[in-house]
Amino acid sequence: MIRQSHRLPGALPPRERELRETFLKQVELVPGGDRLSRCLQCGTCTGSCPVSYAMDLSPRMMIALFRAGMIEEILHSRSIWICASCYMCTTRCPQQIKITDLLYALKRVAMEKKLYPDRFPVYLLSNSFVRLLYRYGRNHELLLLLRFQLRRDPLQLLRMLPLGWAMYRRGRLALWPKRIHGVSAIRQMIDAAKTLELPREAAPLEFVPGAIGYRAVGQLPEKAV
Amino acid sequence: MEYLYYPGCSLEGAARQYDESLRAVFQALGVGLRPLEDWNCCGATIYMSVDETTSLAVSARNLALAGRDGQRDLIAPCSACYTVLLKTNRYLTESPELRQKVDALLAKAGLSYRLNVTVRHPLDVLVNDVGIERIAAAASRRLDGLRVAPYYGCQIVRPERGFDHSEFPETMDRLFRALGAEPVYYPVKTRCCGGMLMTTFRDVALDLVRELLSCAVENGAECIVTTCPMCQVNLELYQDQVNQAFKTSYRVPVLFFTQLLGLALGCEEKSLGLQRNLIPFQLGVATA
Repeated sequence: MIRQSHRLPGALPPRERELRETFLKQVELVPGGDRLSRCLQCGTCTGSCPVSYAMDLSPRMMIALFRAGMIEEILHSRSIWICASCYMCTTRCPQQIKITDLLYALKRVAMEKKLYPDRFPVYLLSNSFVRLLYRYGRNHELLLLLRFQLRRDPLQLLRMLPLGWAMYRRGRLALWPKRIHGVSAIRQMIDAAKTLELPREAAPLEFVPGAIGYRAVGQLPEKAV
Repeated sequence: MEYLYYPGCSLEGAARQYDESLRAVFQALGVGLRPLEDWNCCGATIYMSVDETTSLAVSARNLALAGRDGQRDLIAPCSACYTVLLKTNRYLTESPELRQKVDALLAKAGLSYRLNVTVRHPLDVLVNDVGIERIAAAASRRLDGLRVAPYYGCQIVRPERGFDHSEFPETMDRLFRALGAEPVYYPVKTRCCGGMLMTTFRDVALDLVRELLSCAVENGAECIVTTCPMCQVNLELYQDQVNQAFKTSYRVPVLFFTQLLGLALGCEEKSLGLQRNLIPFQLGVATA
């Protein structure tokens, strides 16, 4: 499970450095994201999470690992994908850490760096979703499921036929997608977003003498909190 | 009083009866509802995990369209849309950097957004703007003794400080109590239904749904009333799979709150899309 670290504090391997940098960049864009540094390790997040029982790393462990400079472990875990984004942890966190939003940030890093197995359901689903949105401007449930299952496991479609039929009979399965008028504007926005990364200084990731925890292996942007 | 209406993608598909019943209820109460023209998908929870800026821009296009003619209240019945649109508003308010990026992207679509749209949930509008008293006075049919499990789901009360408590909301309880129904003890009222996990990690989602069903049944509910398309589908469409997986025999009707409210207001069953529910529900016929 968790790789034993034999490193000296502050000596970040290049891979860890790269992932950490990408993550910190994402965190900077989450309003209140810097509160991550206030974690008390109380475990309220893990105890409140309805799906933590199915995770390999609990939310609290994720923050601890991040501080220890082991972000690669987190990105390879099943946990970040199991979060259904119900925000219970965020609501209850005594330090107002935006845990759900930080998990989104982790998912974005993992997506960007392609850190998931082949035919990974979450990737397939979001990829199908993003394509539909680009094409029609709206989601279309039937096409989303078809696209997803054809790439994931076509045989499953047979199992889903009765459900689909039940919905269809009651007029709850729209067969044809609707394309919105402004779809070209949406496409322009999405295309432009890809080139929009503002230049920024990379967060300093050097070992900070005398610092403890995550501060020893890289700074979070310190904002007024 | 007129509100702008953002139906969202599911209300054109699996949650069609939510759209139908919402319109019927607003009409019965004489509250105007004008659909937002040419709205697009809000990006849901999925786009957030792919790219934040794009997801905010896509969602902000709707807000920009809604705010074109000045300050407006925009009604978003789907919990995912509601949360995403609210979140977009908050991010754009709190982060000048994101605002700058999103503005630049909106400009590509010939739009600009002046943060002048308030995102509202229909439950909030009905209870807090229209008012329970006015609704109760307009009701032509009592829901006497109907034991309902009020299920709010997660995203209309979290993470934003919305119109009710984020763990133990009471809005729907108060509404249906005033109409004669008896909301049962339902401590899991804001627990997660699993959302998209039903597609990606089904065993986890089925377990969550089982808990929601068993809590409702054990507390004597005759039906579950929800505010969210995703919850409705997970609880209703997958009830058989829960029964198979856990050797249970649940058969609980799962209604949108607007469907039950519409019945109390004397709307035609058909106008509320009741025939679209997979597990039939009839007022006055105990099903539990």
